[in-house]
Amino acid sequence: MIRPHRTHPLWFAFLLHRLSGLGLALFLPIHFYMLSLAISAPARLDGFLRFTDLTIVKMAEYGLVFLLAAHLFGGLRLMALEFLPWSPHQKTMAALAVALAFLVSTLFFLKAI
Amino acid sequence: MVSGLKWSNQVANETQIMTVSIWRESGDDGRFEEYEVPARENQTVLDVVAYVQQHIDPTLSYRFACRVGMCGSCAMMVNGSPRWTCRTHVSKVVADDQLEVAPLRNLPVIKDLATDMDPFFEKWVAAEAVFHPSKTRHDPMAAITPDDPMRIAASEAIECINCAVCYAACDVVESNPDYFGPAALNRSWSLLNDIRDAGQDVRLAAVGSNGGCHNCHSQQGCVQYCPNELNPTLSIAGLKRETTKALFRRSR
Repeated sequence: MIRPHRTHPLWFAFLLHRLSGLGLALFLPIHFYMLSLAISAPARLDGFLRFTDLTIVKMAEYGLVFLLAAHLFGGLRLMALEFLPWSPHQKTMAALAVALAFLVSTLFFLKAI
Repeated sequence: MVSGLKWSNQVANETQIMTVSIWRESGDDGRFEEYEVPARENQTVLDVVAYVQQHIDPTLSYRFACRVGMCGSCAMMVNGSPRWTCRTHVSKVVADDQLEVAPLRNLPVIKDLATDMDPFFEKWVAAEAVFHPSKTRHDPMAAITPDDPMRIAASEAIECINCAVCYAACDVVESNPDYFGPAALNRSWSLLNDIRDAGQDVRLAAVGSNGGCHNCHSQQGCVQYCPNELNPTLSIAGLKRETTKALFRRSR
């Protein structure tokens, strides 16, 4: 359960940034390992690529791209917060980061299916 | 001031009763205890705590002084969030007819609702949130115009009442006991914008140290709960920029 003092939008923005970062940290080693198969075991890679044609895998990729985009735009928001003159629109910027992440990942998903 | 007799008559006429849960004792003996108090239309959380101490259990310890939001003594956790209790109306924070009052988070509890503020103020000193005079009384006064950008930046940060609400709201303080916290860094930022101050190098070294501004995760709980609507995250972002600039200045 989320403790009462944390229930404000910018704490949720922090949570999303942290969770997406952890998710990407777990994903990237697997990603690079699969890429390495192109050199070491092309047949296994082809088998895996056929597996990625499944709709359920595409749904998972939708989530993955959302996490990537959320971390990217959220990171830009934090860098702007720290290195540009202060903006009073912090919550709007956090919402915008999520909206852009949703837009990018949905476009990816529509193109993928 | 209401006389004792008048006060008890007033209470006897109250029909609405509210249950308030208050943290008692400290350490292993710490627990919440429930008290029944009159539910008045207009009362602050501090009024409720004072009622319990004056009419139910005189051993209840808590801290307050001015009752008007100036001294910063009466901050407590109210229904899980840090608040200045003298300016927090019960009707604004009560949830499902429940009111839970606990000592401020992230500080050692002395007894009941009174916390030990020493670690909080020790960190102000560690963050160099103290003034370093550069002149004597024989020098002319520094001319600072109201529209000076540094004066404007300092002005935005100076109304802190040292209540430690931001310190209790901060998750980084909870996870890193060395972190100076929002209030100390906010004060350091206001002094960094004071041209009369002669300690800027030691200040930048302090705020850039292990306990310093770079610990901040920009969750902005401090901004959310500061009763005086200050923005410690803005101040900490300023310190992050200035310490980064100082790093490049040193490496040249």
